[in-house]
Amino acid sequence: MFEVGILSLFITMVLLLVRLINGPTLYDRVLAVNTFGTCTVLFIGVSGFLFKRPEFLDIALLYALINFVGTLAILKFFRYRALGDKPNIKPNTNISANNNESREEPLS
Amino acid sequence: MNILETGIFILSWISILAGSAFLIVGAAGIIRFPDFWSRLHAAAVVDSAGTGLLLFGMMLQAGFTFVTVKLILIGIFLLITGPTATHAVANAAFVSGSRPLGDKSGRPVVPADVIDVPETIHLPEERS
Repeated sequence: MFEVGILSLFITMVLLLVRLINGPTLYDRVLAVNTFGTCTVLFIGVSGFLFKRPEFLDIALLYALINFVGTLAILKFFRYRALGDKPNIKPNTNISANNNESREEPLS
Repeated sequence: MNILETGIFILSWISILAGSAFLIVGAAGIIRFPDFWSRLHAAAVVDSAGTGLLLFGMMLQAGFTFVTVKLILIGIFLLITGPTATHAVANAAFVSGSRPLGDKSGRPVVPADVIDVPETIHLPEERS
């Protein structure tokens, strides 16, 4: 039964890598990386059940924490162009509805 | 209690199969949807339904041991931080100017009076 879970997780991760490579915008790639990390957590957990070692669940819990913090760090960097020491913020006052040309940062 | 064990076994099988199905469907959605904002919905399916059902199936297999407590902790943490991370990605994309596709009628998807972006962003103090 856990082989089904491992196989489906593997297929999901491969499809997420396709989105990571293609993804026309930056935020597609951030989304793919975050979901890939969640699938990694499940992968570690299910392989703990497969190899009959319950210690793998500690590793899974730790990686869930790391994945969340990493995603927020990536988003913070791409918004402020710094990670907290000398921020360089220009508020984007060029917001207009329904056009994608008012972006200020490169999205690919 | 043979019927109870068999019932729990069947229920855990069903849960793991359903979780795997949601994972594959969510991944297919992430690939096939035409726009970033639709793919966000598909990723949320993977985060909440896939992990929830898969962890529930594993919990039923483990029984009343310490392994179940650890799985509950992982489940609670993923349930709290999964939607939070998805919202953070959506907020970042919106503030940077990305908008949904909409239909081809030419009307703006988000009306101009709904958008409010704060004009002042409070910088943290600069360290010399």
